[in-house]
Amino acid sequence: MTVYEGVIGLEVHAELMTASKMFCGCPVVDSTSAEPNTAVCPVCLGMPGVLPVLNRRAVELGLRVGLALNCEIPPFNQFARKSYFYPDLPKGYQISQYAYPLAINGWLEIDLPDGSVRRVRIRRVHLEEDTGKLTHADGYSLVDLNRAGVPLLEIVTEADLRSAEEAEAYARKLRAILQYLGVNSGDMSKGVLRIEPNISVRPVGSDELRTRTEVKNLNSIRSLARATAYEIERQIAIYESGGEVQQATLGWDEARQVTAVQRVKESADDYRYFPEPDLPVLEISREWVEQVRAGLPELPDAKRERFMRELGLSRYDASLLVADRAVADYYEAALAAGGDPKQVANYLTGEIFRQMNLEGRDRDDIGAIRLTPQALAALVRLVQDGVIHHGVAKKLLVRLYEEGGDPVALVEAEGLAQVSDEGAIGAVIEQVLVDHPDEVTRYLAGEEKLLQFLMGAAMRALRGQGDPAVVRRLLAERLAARRAE
Amino acid sequence: MLTDLTLTEARDRLRAGAITALDLTRACLDHIRAVDPQVRAFLLVTEEQALEAAEAADRRLAQGDDAPLLGIPLAIKDVLTTAGIPTTAGSRILEGFVPPYTATALERLFAAGAIMLGKTNTDEFAMGSSTENSGYVVTRNPWDLERVPGGSSGGSAAAVAARMAPGALGTDTGGSVRQPAALCGVSAIKPSYGRVSRYGLIAFASSLDQIGAFGRTLADCAALLGVMAGHDPKDSTSVPDEPPDYTQALTGDVHGLRVGVPREFFIDGIEPDVERAVRAAIEQFAALGADVREISLPHTRYGIHVYYLIAPAEASANLARFDGVRYGPRAQVKGMWPAYKVTRGQGFGPEVKRRIMLGTYALSAGYYDAYYLKAQKVRTLIRQDFEQAFREVDVILTPATPGTAFRIGEKIDDPLQMYLADIFTLTPSLAGVPAACVPCGFDAHGLPVGLQIIGPAFDEATVLRAGDAYQRVTDWHTRKPQIAESS
Ligand SMILES: [Zn+2]
Repeated sequence: MTVYEGVIGLEVHAELMTASKMFCGCPVVDSTSAEPNTAVCPVCLGMPGVLPVLNRRAVELGLRVGLALNCEIPPFNQFARKSYFYPDLPKGYQISQYAYPLAINGWLEIDLPDGSVRRVRIRRVHLEEDTGKLTHADGYSLVDLNRAGVPLLEIVTEADLRSAEEAEAYARKLRAILQYLGVNSGDMSKGVLRIEPNISVRPVGSDELRTRTEVKNLNSIRSLARATAYEIERQIAIYESGGEVQQATLGWDEARQVTAVQRVKESADDYRYFPEPDLPVLEISREWVEQVRAGLPELPDAKRERFMRELGLSRYDASLLVADRAVADYYEAALAAGGDPKQVANYLTGEIFRQMNLEGRDRDDIGAIRLTPQALAALVRLVQDGVIHHGVAKKLLVRLYEEGGDPVALVEAEGLAQVSDEGAIGAVIEQVLVDHPDEVTRYLAGEEKLLQFLMGAAMRALRGQGDPAVVRRLLAERLAARRAE
Repeated sequence: MLTDLTLTEARDRLRAGAITALDLTRACLDHIRAVDPQVRAFLLVTEEQALEAAEAADRRLAQGDDAPLLGIPLAIKDVLTTAGIPTTAGSRILEGFVPPYTATALERLFAAGAIMLGKTNTDEFAMGSSTENSGYVVTRNPWDLERVPGGSSGGSAAAVAARMAPGALGTDTGGSVRQPAALCGVSAIKPSYGRVSRYGLIAFASSLDQIGAFGRTLADCAALLGVMAGHDPKDSTSVPDEPPDYTQALTGDVHGLRVGVPREFFIDGIEPDVERAVRAAIEQFAALGADVREISLPHTRYGIHVYYLIAPAEASANLARFDGVRYGPRAQVKGMWPAYKVTRGQGFGPEVKRRIMLGTYALSAGYYDAYYLKAQKVRTLIRQDFEQAFREVDVILTPATPGTAFRIGEKIDDPLQMYLADIFTLTPSLAGVPAACVPCGFDAHGLPVGLQIIGPAFDEATVLRAGDAYQRVTDWHTRKPQIAESS
């Protein structure tokens, strides 16, 4: 049987978080919630006689991405017109970049599940303007041009990815970088980040490139992974049954978890690109590049190395913490509030992630949970100071996750502080032994496993607040005393 | 008659209080009413706004305001957008379109006190050399109503020639200001590419389009250009340098001016009367002390080929926005693609469609390198021709057109013949250099002949000085067509 591998490239469109649009002064608004056609002007409406004026802030944000992706920044950029007709494209052409993009020949390293590292080549990063949006209703379509002219960065990889897992790892890493750079929120459900894989398969060991398909409509990284896996399987099944894959644009049906053909490509699209005569060639000086480079924030890889080196975290934990900027921010806020790095990391990657998964909440969204980083730090301190023990802390954490609040106040108000007074614990144990004479007798007769039963009964009697080490020691002492009698 | 005053004369009298802006504007409007039913220069006369603006100008004049064009009425080519006033670009596809913004050049003129009389006829989207391609009406040449005024700014040229306005604005992509100026016997300048903002100029070919000025004298054109010129933050291709004072440059002195006469412009096909008049004008420059010499612009003959690849290519994209989705008439048919096809099919005239198809073809995959890219390379050679020439000379003199005004209908079915009407004005446009046109004689039919004066990039001052010096010693520009007498 032939073993296949995927050959996957990703094309990412990321709206840039500028205050105004790419070529006019209109504000960039949330196009999923703003009143339609309220953030528009003659320029982004494509009215006659108007001209584009480049937003240099967009170029700067694009440069950040190019540099973070280890790209070369050519000294000259040229914008080009990409022509096609569609009602969401006001001018009948999109101002994009073609022969002279903003950044070329970069790479991004991703961690694979087997612990190895893969370098994914970035072919190009270029600037363009977004289109508007159409809403199809019964027998007609509505055009909203709020989004038309919003700066968009297109980031294209070589077909270096081999599986859905790799595509997912790349997408997560890239999204994190965009978030770290402050250029994009990473919100795929709102369409500000759009990831489209192009996929083909081939027998492992071959270097041929077979017919590929493009998949659109992916509104989360999870759907990217699922759609890619589905499409790889679909193509393999076609080849295995002796068929041929048809070149096409497919849409991911989230409800049915399948890809469906949107458009079959019979010939290559002809966009009739030519240099945009309304914009002069854009020179990118070395000084500008170096200035942008100097202003880059700490990126995920560097942060992971620092967490490992300075905080002593494992590579695995550190990777989890840096994978989303929101998580890294949360973690660092908890450290700033005095939390122990390792303990905070344990709670975060353990119980908190578990709660978020149960809730179906993306890690991205950690900033919105009720448990604040300060509360987490306080909770960790309570354990370290021996005020509460781990079991109580875990329960408390679930409660803080659900309801929020201050753990110190909560412990005080509900008397959850750990009991370690030997006199008090000794009295409770004495009562337990009195209450369970049968079990005590059998234990003394050699039924050793009943120690655990008596331990549990004692802990229950202490309402979980007894220091387990003390309880265990005192219980053993009392039983030994009875044996000696 | 007030309408006989040149722009400069009118300005001086307005400032001296000898006439009022309201009288001058009324005289123009009366003359338009009398003459334009025959000439058809205007698509729209904005009488009410003009009279209001004239009253406002008189108030400012009374307060001693010395804005450079205070009270001067102008005719405006209808490819320039005017807020709140219909702007059609001569096309049915923009019928009823009222832009919410005014072209920067117009804003500057209005701020300087100019008054708009109305919007003038043009070939559709400025594509043509006769105004016969207008979607609305054919403008007539005031010197002979059976002949074309040239184009595409034929309405503006005819308005100035027939004394309906002392000055006018046009746009020039490959000669659309200079060629009608020559055919109508008026003066005009197309500035260097980048000198005047294109914001609000409905684009035909973005790398070539420039707003130009018409007047009865080149000094009048200098006054208009001086107000319009200069950087505009809304047009990234407008140059940042501060323009010089063009009126001050008019010294009347061309002594020692190095004048080049390119041999490639005196070719077979040029009408003998045109060549005779232009040669005489060149001799006049020599008589004024200019140093006249023959030069060569070796790539001139490729100009028409290069132009008719680059301009339609850019036009094919520029005109894609006219789809009826956001403005303009929309065909009432079912379905998105049928709506596009019928809207554009009905809205555009045949010449516009021809150029959209030419340009689409030139940009198509597999043809781009052979057509568009090669044309760009030859364009560079043409530009270098001029750079080379301007190392040896200060200005270049050529005929503005190979012939005088032709008959309406004579060339309309023969696009190639029509394209040849612009043969002498194309290469300066491709090179982005400034060029003026001044009247330099008449042919045997009494039709005006134009002299083209070309200068180095951004040296409009020398072009204007040369043309003004010539007009100080000649009177061709003072002749007026019979029809101008009719009111
Ligand atoms: Zn806008």
